[in-house]
Amino acid sequence: MLKIENLEVSYGAVQALRGISMEVADGEIVSLIGANGAGKTTTLHAVTGLVPIKTGSVEYDGHDLRKIDPSKIVSMGLAHVPEGRQVFTRMTVAENLAMGAYHRKDKKGIEADLEHVYERFPRLKERAKQLAGTLSGGEQQMVAMGRAIMSAPKLVVMDEPSMGLSPVLVKEVFDIIRTMHESGITILLVEQNAKMALAISNRAYVLENGRITMSGDASTLLHDDKVRKAYLGA
Amino acid sequence: MNTLQKTKLRGTGVNLVLIVLLFAAVLLLSQTLSDNVYRRVLVPIIWQMCIFILLGTSLNLTLGYLGQLTLGHMGFAGIGAYTAALTSLALERAGLFEASEAAPGQLILVILGCCLLGAIFAALLGLLVGIPALRLRGDYLAIVTLGFGLIVENVIANLPFAGGEGLSRGTASSSLYANGLGLSTALQAKYVWLVLLITVLCIAIMCMLINSKYGRAIKAIRDDEIAAAASGVNTTYYKILTFVVSAFFAGLAGGLYATCFSSLTTASFTFTSSSIWNSTFIVVIVVLGGMGSMTGSVLAAVAMYLLNYEIKNGGWVNALPGFIQSLFQFPMLIYALVLLVIIIFRPRGILGTYEFSLDRLLFGKDRPGRKARKGGAGK
Repeated sequence: MLKIENLEVSYGAVQALRGISMEVADGEIVSLIGANGAGKTTTLHAVTGLVPIKTGSVEYDGHDLRKIDPSKIVSMGLAHVPEGRQVFTRMTVAENLAMGAYHRKDKKGIEADLEHVYERFPRLKERAKQLAGTLSGGEQQMVAMGRAIMSAPKLVVMDEPSMGLSPVLVKEVFDIIRTMHESGITILLVEQNAKMALAISNRAYVLENGRITMSGDASTLLHDDKVRKAYLGA
Repeated sequence: MNTLQKTKLRGTGVNLVLIVLLFAAVLLLSQTLSDNVYRRVLVPIIWQMCIFILLGTSLNLTLGYLGQLTLGHMGFAGIGAYTAALTSLALERAGLFEASEAAPGQLILVILGCCLLGAIFAALLGLLVGIPALRLRGDYLAIVTLGFGLIVENVIANLPFAGGEGLSRGTASSSLYANGLGLSTALQAKYVWLVLLITVLCIAIMCMLINSKYGRAIKAIRDDEIAAAASGVNTTYYKILTFVVSAFFAGLAGGLYATCFSSLTTASFTFTSSSIWNSTFIVVIVVLGGMGSMTGSVLAAVAMYLLNYEIKNGGWVNALPGFIQSLFQFPMLIYALVLLVIIIFRPRGILGTYEFSLDRLLFGKDRPGRKARKGGAGK
């Protein structure tokens, strides 16, 4: 579904990605783990067209994403849940969710998906008219995820959905990711919380200083000594 | 018909009633006040207030809803004003139009046509400036638009048919009053409904824009450009579009400006202008009312205009101690003070992003705006 090959990205003289290759197949949850500054967010931004790609290719559903305008990418079924719960703080929850369906024209489908989101996050229905900036961190994460669901995605890329949340909420967020996956959405997950990420993923890649140093089945990596030492604190 | 449509229809009805009441109030005032007070005091106030309302609401589109600081709003108004005035003068020289003798239909048509032309021209320039300028952010955009305002002033002042020898000085200036678009107070009184109607229509259009998909897109850009782009919003397109729409309504306001003043000087549209017709004053209006509230901009435009009027003309000023009176010689100081107080005590403006709705006040059970405002102000 998503295929990245020899991807290189630079911010000025600083090279953030030094040629990474990875793949996400239909129906998988794949996680990309690594420390701060390893290039995780850059990888996602390169996929959704938010940073210019130096060399390499990003292919989604057979389309070369380098040639496609970022605003068009989302209408091809690729949704991006940005880092740090980037909700639209001065817009209401309902408006935030409507932004997810921004590119869609099928009114009936949008309404059905909105019902669906409200069913899954009853809290958001209660707060539909409230400004998103006044919600708690966990609720904002629900808004960000609900917004992604509203875009009727085939693939969702998520940037550190557990960042800054309490352990209880982190668990809740991962439950949501699991149910999203069960409803047929493919997921590429970028996480620092390697333990939780590996627990729900099929496969994983380990990113270090802009290079992929390890990859394989999530369960294998979860028990790999090097990974345990570096990322699982064991 | 479902409930949503019913609510919308009721809202429209309530708004229409409100507008009818506004016109009725003006009609009532025209009958009860003495001709002198009505024609010489109230009508020019209404006329100019409407222009400020339009300038405030249109700047709010870029400053409040799109979240980009632009400081050259009066530049667009200046373009609109000069376009409208020059067009009317050209019509008049061609013998097609004479303000004092024109039939009502013709005069309305000329006013509308000239203002619209001014608006379109301002919008075109908005496009021209917007495409390169909106690649910049924050302070840099502010500096570029500030420069734009100054450029407009200087270019117009040096145009042979508009500046030096044209509308601001010399023979053309004195003739503008009687012949051009500059309406006498008698005509202003007669057509005060027109300026009210234009203002109401423009506000309605802007409000409709803001509550549409377009409005959601630009608010999303304001809140978070990355997340907006990730939602599929073409951010560059919407930024430029908003800039153009804002310039359009500023140009329209400029056209109306040309109808209510006997002469135009480029100095009145500059950043450094000491009168209230300058870009900073409009920024003050928007910030005071609340960035992201149309109601706020309207109320603040009215309040600031009246404050300025009172400082300059109010009888009560004479009763104040001398040093305050001398302070009032520099009204901009007062506005700076007002702005400071607002920024300290209500950083989101008086109304924040709250919108007044009579419909909600009368029929609304839950008042989401209230709740949202409380939350918003707390941040």
